[in-house]
Amino acid sequence: MRPFAYERAGDAREAVAAAGGSGDGVMYLGGGTNLVDLMKLGVETPERLVDVSRLAHDRVEPTEGGGLRIGAAVRNADLAADPTVRERYPFLSQALLSGASGQLRNLATVGGNLLQRTRCAYFQDVSKPCNKRRPGSGCPAREGDHRNLAILGHSDACVATNPSDMAVPMAAIGGRVRVVGPSGERAIPLPGLHRLPGGEPQRDTVLEPGELITGVELDPLDFAQRSRYRKVRDRASFAFAVVSVAVAVDLDDGMVRDARVAFGALAHVPWRAARAEQALRGAPATPESFAVAADAELEQVRPLRDNAFKVPLARNLLVRTLAELCEVGA
Amino acid sequence: MASRSDAGDVGGSWPKHETEVALGVNGEEERLVVDTRTTLLDVLREELGLVGTKKGCDHGQCGACTVLIDGRRANSCLVLAVTLEGSEVVTIEGLAQDGLLHPLQEAFVERDAFQCGYCTPGQICSGIGVLEEARQGWPSAVTADLTAEQVPLDDDEIRERMSGNLCRCGAYVNIVTAIRDVAE
Repeated sequence: MRPFAYERAGDAREAVAAAGGSGDGVMYLGGGTNLVDLMKLGVETPERLVDVSRLAHDRVEPTEGGGLRIGAAVRNADLAADPTVRERYPFLSQALLSGASGQLRNLATVGGNLLQRTRCAYFQDVSKPCNKRRPGSGCPAREGDHRNLAILGHSDACVATNPSDMAVPMAAIGGRVRVVGPSGERAIPLPGLHRLPGGEPQRDTVLEPGELITGVELDPLDFAQRSRYRKVRDRASFAFAVVSVAVAVDLDDGMVRDARVAFGALAHVPWRAARAEQALRGAPATPESFAVAADAELEQVRPLRDNAFKVPLARNLLVRTLAELCEVGA
Repeated sequence: MASRSDAGDVGGSWPKHETEVALGVNGEEERLVVDTRTTLLDVLREELGLVGTKKGCDHGQCGACTVLIDGRRANSCLVLAVTLEGSEVVTIEGLAQDGLLHPLQEAFVERDAFQCGYCTPGQICSGIGVLEEARQGWPSAVTADLTAEQVPLDDDEIRERMSGNLCRCGAYVNIVTAIRDVAE
């Protein structure tokens, strides 16, 4: 690992000041479960780490508007176990609990979870080209091992997927990511923190250099009490998703009044399925209309040579999850 | 916090950074000067001679390095020692009290919950974390009722909660039994 200087910030302002404006060579350290690993691999080579894991942004509390404010330093384990999350946003708790292992969830922070990097094998191997790691060096994944990479929204430069489980229901719920940076505070709409790769796959998010996430505010979503996160993976536990889906349904006498749908592991972003939601609104809660909604969203897919299997997998997963939530056969 | 940069050396022109850190390990206060790159795992094994904690993958994937930090299980291979100022770490060496093994250590012996033993310290520290998390009512990915205040640790719950600890000898069946013994 390349040597680095370390300092612990007392508060967010101090952290931003320590990062020194441009953010060049400086990274914020949360729980370290992804960053320290990437430093061992030589993928990340910061000259200075600013430790933000002990900042006071460590609470989960209701907002005046009926939403939820989550500090960036809240550990994934604590957010998953939070009584309000379990009761009002059960799919968020399920997503967190489906990610990583108990040990890792005790370390990992909410801010760090949002900023974790792709697990694309080429990104993590410094002996290989990768446009995300070394812009302009090429993308071997496009012709190589891409079984678990993107089918939606990818570019010639990058076919990586975002690995977060937590970010999927957050994209479905909606809200804001609170950040502070060299030019002050701002709120980034959620979904909207993550970006599609386009010609700049090195940028996972819309964060500007030196900006620090201080928290997430989730919108109120009463019908999220009827929600579920389902994750398909290659083994029963402790594995990244092959496809996942976060679904919340507002059901009214056999009709879908409203719905929220987001897919994980299909794109460079947690994929909010607006077309599926549009198709579901006002539709009867039947397997047929669930299939129409899934197809409306998945019309846009552009699978790669070895990951076309994700298309029917995503379709079936959404139809099945909707059927379970609405308690109809599928 | 004191931090100094030594001139030259490691890997060419990059300066090496050392920092003081004070943390508790198995009830003893340790004051150390560590290279900022040093993980808790390497401090335990290389600086403090506590070699019970094992290095398996060194990437947070196998769980062999699991210890308790401020009472919670964590992968010591992914925690930089410099971040632990004021923390209390308990390793496999710190579990016995007054010459008596921890009940989960007893259960591992009783149930023959290991073969080669390499993953065992991590399994036991992780298991102690699981018992405490369940006592606090934390759900898992297999918990049917997320809002239940109490979650009984049946075999499915134990398997899911212990999925961060690999055992290449395949002693899982008896590991589950040992943890269930203590949970009951």
